[in-house]
Amino acid sequence: MASVLGVYAKVVRAQIRSQTQYRLSFAFEVFGSVIINGLDLATVFVLFSVAGSLGGFAGPEVFLIAALSAFAFSAADLVVGNADKLRDYVRTGLFDTLLLRPLSALWQLLAVNFAPRRAGRAIQGGIIYAIALVVADIGWDVPRIVLAVVAPIAGAVFFGSLFVAGATVAFWWVESGEVANAFTYGGNDFTLYPSTMFGDWFRTVFGSVLGFSFVAYLPTLALIGRSDPLGTPDWLRWCSPVTALIAAVVARAFWRLGVRHYRSTGS
Amino acid sequence: MPRAPWALMVAGFRRYATYRQATVAGIFTNSVFGFLRCYVLLAVAAGGTVAGYSGPQLATYVWLGQGMLAVVNSWTMLDLAERVRSGDIVADLLRPMDPLWTYLWTDLGRAGFSLLTRFSVPMVVGAVAFGLYLPTHAVTYVLTAVSIVLAVIVGFACRYLVGLTAFWLLDIRGVSMFWSFASGAGSGLYFPLAILPDWLTAVLWWGTPFPSLLQAPLDVAVERGGDGHAVLVIGGQAAWAVALLFACRIVQARAVARLVVQGG
Repeated sequence: MASVLGVYAKVVRAQIRSQTQYRLSFAFEVFGSVIINGLDLATVFVLFSVAGSLGGFAGPEVFLIAALSAFAFSAADLVVGNADKLRDYVRTGLFDTLLLRPLSALWQLLAVNFAPRRAGRAIQGGIIYAIALVVADIGWDVPRIVLAVVAPIAGAVFFGSLFVAGATVAFWWVESGEVANAFTYGGNDFTLYPSTMFGDWFRTVFGSVLGFSFVAYLPTLALIGRSDPLGTPDWLRWCSPVTALIAAVVARAFWRLGVRHYRSTGS
Repeated sequence: MPRAPWALMVAGFRRYATYRQATVAGIFTNSVFGFLRCYVLLAVAAGGTVAGYSGPQLATYVWLGQGMLAVVNSWTMLDLAERVRSGDIVADLLRPMDPLWTYLWTDLGRAGFSLLTRFSVPMVVGAVAFGLYLPTHAVTYVLTAVSIVLAVIVGFACRYLVGLTAFWLLDIRGVSMFWSFASGAGSGLYFPLAILPDWLTAVLWWGTPFPSLLQAPLDVAVERGGDGHAVLVIGGQAAWAVALLFACRIVQARAVARLVVQGG
């Protein structure tokens, strides 16, 4: 096990070295990824400042929802966001090479395509989340401290599962790239805002069925000790780790099905 | 129309018409984002207006924007940079037509295909789901069409300039990322620019080509500020289009002057 991890670490280190060779370009990329994350939050801020409140929530609460969502998403993006490279591997038949090596194909895919520029964004997300926790009016007790730590991890696992499940669509449908974006980046957009802002059926599909309300909206409600105005039972506000686990199991099933379905390019 | 540009446009159109799955996938994604953005902006308006846009105008702003996204195509770089890096650009430079115009005509063909598919379907979805703002003057349709064409040309010239930086940088990922950010935030994709403080809006409109990419045609379509304003906006887009194409020529001339062909 340790030796396997060592191999992954080597691959990731090699990636970091190679991608920092063009220094100016790399600096631009890190800078760019940081401001793009900032842009998501800035959009929330701009819209908030116009309306004075969003979906019935005041500033610190909206900020906490957005910060939690941004942190979870950027952490998932750093580790698993490159899963979407899978479609190039499937299209060209290069996926064969991953299957031939005695390591998990998924982790090889992620390690070989590791993008260090995304680290800037994840670190920034963490800092903003910490600030949001301080700013929000939270009656700290042990369950809330645990939730504050676990919620971003659960959110990251949730988004990570989506990245993987979305990427596996390529096994069946090669030019599919953008469909997955609707749920990864689109899901991120949904979780940045209080779920109360969305129309009825759309909120049911995205928030409850797909589970996006569990990423930031419901944990935030639990942290600030407020019941869901939409009528979700109070205990469900604490369940984001469970939904993350379910998402991970589903993503794993998708991946296994996909790999079995893979027939190479025949060239 | 002369034969070569027409042939190039047809080629651009057909090249993208080949990717049917990708087109369907793109339409689906643009529509999901349309719902997300539309709900958010309508919630912000809360039955009233946002920065002078009424509910139906906001819906048009969002859905027309989602449709325009694929037509202007700011997020997909031209393969110019890749051809500079590999040295294939030499073959392009040897052809009787300047690569700038070759790329422009091909890109217009691509935009034409997007207009038929990725533009029109989200517009229908938005109209059915939210109800869009219908222009009160017939001339608005014509002005919007002109504005969209100019937006495509401005977007093309910007991406061509980004591609040309490959002559100096070889790896343009950083520059193109910066461009994605600037063209997204500055074009009014995320929220109408009029929401921003006046000075910032003025800087964006007068100092950068970004509003010409999206905000300009969107404002023309929802008849913001009347016909006179629309003509002014379109004039601004035309000025940017000419200036940027001119910049492309100058930068390309300098790039070619320092071009060293690798390999043998």
